[in-house]
Amino acid sequence: MLQNPQKLSYLVIKNLNKTFSKFKALDNVSLEVMAGEFICFLGPSGCGKTTLLRCIAGLEEQDSGQIIQAGQDITGFTPSQRDFGIVFQSYALFPNLTASQNVAYGLVNTKTPRKVIQERVKELLSLVSLVDMGHKYPAQLSGGQQQRVALARALALSPGLLLLDEPLSALDARVRASLRAELFELQRRIGVTTIMVTHDQEEALTLADRIVVMNQGSIQQIGTPEEIYRSPQTPFVADFIGEMNFLEATVSQHGWVDCSGYPLRVSRLSGMPTGTIVRLAIRPEDIDIHTGSPQENTLQATVQYYEFLGSFYRLKLKAESISFMLDVPMSQARHLSFAQDALISVHLPADFLHVYSS
Amino acid sequence: MTTLPLPKDPSPLTPAKPKRIINSESWIMRVATLFSGAFLIIFVLLPLLELIRKSTENRQGEFVGIDNYIQYFSTPSLVSSFFNSIYISAMSTAITVVLAFIFAYALTRTCMPFKGVLKTLALLPIFAPSLLHGIAFIYLFGNQGILTNGVFNFMLRLIGGYDIQNVPALPFDLRFNIDLYKAPTGIILAEVFYLFPHVLLILTIALSLTDGRLYEAALALRTPRWRTFLTVTLPSVRYGLISACFVAFTLVMTDFGIPKVIGDGVNVLATDIYKQVIGQQNFFMGSTVSVLLLTPTIIGFVIDRIAQRRQVATLTARAVPYQPKPNKTVDRLMLFLCVLIVSAILVVIGTALLASFVNVWPYKLELSGRHYDFSRVAGGGLSAYWNSLFMAGLTAVFGTLTVFISAYFIEKGQGLSRTRALLYFMSVMPVALPGLVLGLAYIFFFNRPSNPLHFIYGTMPILVLSTIVHFYTVSFFTATTALKQIDKEFEAVSASLSVPFYRTFLRVTFPISLPAILEIGIYYFINALTTVSAVIFLYSANLKLASVTIVSMDDAGDTAPAAAMSMLLFFTGIGVRLVYEALTRGVTRRTQIWRQK
Repeated sequence: MLQNPQKLSYLVIKNLNKTFSKFKALDNVSLEVMAGEFICFLGPSGCGKTTLLRCIAGLEEQDSGQIIQAGQDITGFTPSQRDFGIVFQSYALFPNLTASQNVAYGLVNTKTPRKVIQERVKELLSLVSLVDMGHKYPAQLSGGQQQRVALARALALSPGLLLLDEPLSALDARVRASLRAELFELQRRIGVTTIMVTHDQEEALTLADRIVVMNQGSIQQIGTPEEIYRSPQTPFVADFIGEMNFLEATVSQHGWVDCSGYPLRVSRLSGMPTGTIVRLAIRPEDIDIHTGSPQENTLQATVQYYEFLGSFYRLKLKAESISFMLDVPMSQARHLSFAQDALISVHLPADFLHVYSS
Repeated sequence: MTTLPLPKDPSPLTPAKPKRIINSESWIMRVATLFSGAFLIIFVLLPLLELIRKSTENRQGEFVGIDNYIQYFSTPSLVSSFFNSIYISAMSTAITVVLAFIFAYALTRTCMPFKGVLKTLALLPIFAPSLLHGIAFIYLFGNQGILTNGVFNFMLRLIGGYDIQNVPALPFDLRFNIDLYKAPTGIILAEVFYLFPHVLLILTIALSLTDGRLYEAALALRTPRWRTFLTVTLPSVRYGLISACFVAFTLVMTDFGIPKVIGDGVNVLATDIYKQVIGQQNFFMGSTVSVLLLTPTIIGFVIDRIAQRRQVATLTARAVPYQPKPNKTVDRLMLFLCVLIVSAILVVIGTALLASFVNVWPYKLELSGRHYDFSRVAGGGLSAYWNSLFMAGLTAVFGTLTVFISAYFIEKGQGLSRTRALLYFMSVMPVALPGLVLGLAYIFFFNRPSNPLHFIYGTMPILVLSTIVHFYTVSFFTATTALKQIDKEFEAVSASLSVPFYRTFLRVTFPISLPAILEIGIYYFINALTTVSAVIFLYSANLKLASVTIVSMDDAGDTAPAAAMSMLLFFTGIGVRLVYEALTRGVTRRTQIWRQK
């Protein structure tokens, strides 16, 4: 199944709805997850991503909709009837049991011989690089180690589906980065279909095969990290992931818009009638500082201020009534000189200008 | 993990087994939830409804609507006890809350020395039945009382062994006459001693939950001390204060022991119920007074619940504990006040102790142990004491199990969310039920021959059950607080591992909560030992309890043996607590290793 993971559908969610008193947590959510895939649910807090995960686990009951896992309709199943392992942000390790006992917790119940359990626990602990820590209690382990124990426990019964509810959020930045890399490697190795909830876009972009961006209970966009970043389908996705400049404009003629008096050519304008008010979006790193002779989509702007951000400079620019940001990588900045109030000429490439109806 | 040799087979470690389908599990949960619901309905709700129904009937059992209430309010002697009760409760609440606040403030917010000793001594009255304070007050402020006749006069007689005739009244002496039997002052003061440890506990907790950063912020803004107190300290403890007032008011309102012993001339609701039921066999007026007694406590209860609901977490995870800084003037002043309060407490308990050992007060002031021989006085003698111990043991075991298991299902159960909310409410309700009201309600409900549970009437089980219900709420809160601290995802994790919830309950939840469970057990034991109010209606002639015999002995004029029995219960309580501490230290060391870092 790993040889061709993209072909097999493993989890299908159809028209899921869930309301908490008056708050709509899930609004007609549909989704298909392939076997072996790593999916991230990404969105701001309260967007419904955790509710969706809990519905898949059966910890939350949906109002309507259907969930199919491995070809079986599991909609009405209790959590213990479903086939999944779960890791929580709080780890939820049993504090009075040692790391080994925690990992063995689900195995003991399967009437497996003690010796087999011991071997399996050892195997799982070595999988998360904690072989020598088995005798320790959770309070004696660091946050990162606790989360690995939780991961080993979730994998103990070899579940078909691994659910991760913000597993890295409680850790400090350095541990988070290293555990992220380990998680990535581990998931690719054992090939378990994985769904992770996160509000951290960097986590989603680096880990996921596909990202599901959610807002206000509905799915905004599903796609690979590149698709989500390069072609955000809605202003929300454009704004939520990475940095984005938004500009107001009016469609002037086919393929052209007028932005505060500047005519801009856009390549993604699809049949909007002249006079339509639109929102343009362009990432700061997609705008160039123009040095040659004037051409289309070039405008003169004043540097209001600039920030040094390590590997690049971020310039805050103003041209007439439009303000926008521009990122200059260090390699390029060395050859340029910009100062406050300087007038520079910038180029907004038509291919990078996203157009949204407002 | 990067160095781990890859398994040859790239598929997940071992093939997943098909999961067992456990539908029975949710059924067990539902049945258990309904079972704890049934307990609360049978032992709280139905008896209470029966009591209210009885208050609308006459002696012939005919429905008379609110006639009993009209009769009550047109009888001046009865109405006066209603207002007496309110007055006494309000006064003793006000005095106790002020004193306990000073004490709790000194313990939590100053660098006063000897905090540990002072706190332990201040909490001592918690082991005493309220009757003990009443009896001590007789010996302090009664006709032959130490303070009524002068402290120095008493000292001379005690040391010199003089007969009373031979000691001349000293022209100067420490002498107070508070008109113990006629004025409410005596009851109010005695209640203050009874209330003090309960209020102190609540306020100490409220004052210790604070964010030290707020005080540093106030200091940085150059806020004067008094303004910091008004704008930071008081607001942060206002819910604790409301709770303390509610608890104090209810305790006095429903206390039966003190007014029974020293309130001959001052009628209050609690003693009225007793007089109506035991004295005049007027069950209908008894139930009417009970419902009236219920009104203020239920109003207080509702106010407290609203206040608690509005209490948002003032203490976030990032709060830093307050570290008091030494301040010589304040620390010395607080030490002086606390020593004063503790001395008063020790004087009262010491008086009861002395009274239990003096041969014939005030004529033969020599010490003797004869009052501890209960065979020659009214009441059940020493057998009542053993009954009490047995009853307290049963209450501790069964009460703790009932409370904890039912709190578990209310807190952690799945499904039936409406039912669980209702159960929560019913679990909180008993705190507003005075013991006497509960006892009377049990008479009406369980003494009916048509009741299938009629057979428990007059037996040990009804004494145990009524005591379990009487002290249900505080135990329930202890259990709920402990359960709330446990990660709420444990049950979800277990479900994902196909481990049934009851396994996780036994293997994880129960062991983690063991300290709280033992605490509930000791709380039940001590209270079962000292309670009078509910059981005074429910004991039978051949099943007397120690606390009830104190009332009978006092009634029969055997005040010294009554003092002796009170002291016996007091020391038993302390002894059990010490044994408990020693034992739990061992148990905790073995079962709570995981708490160590």
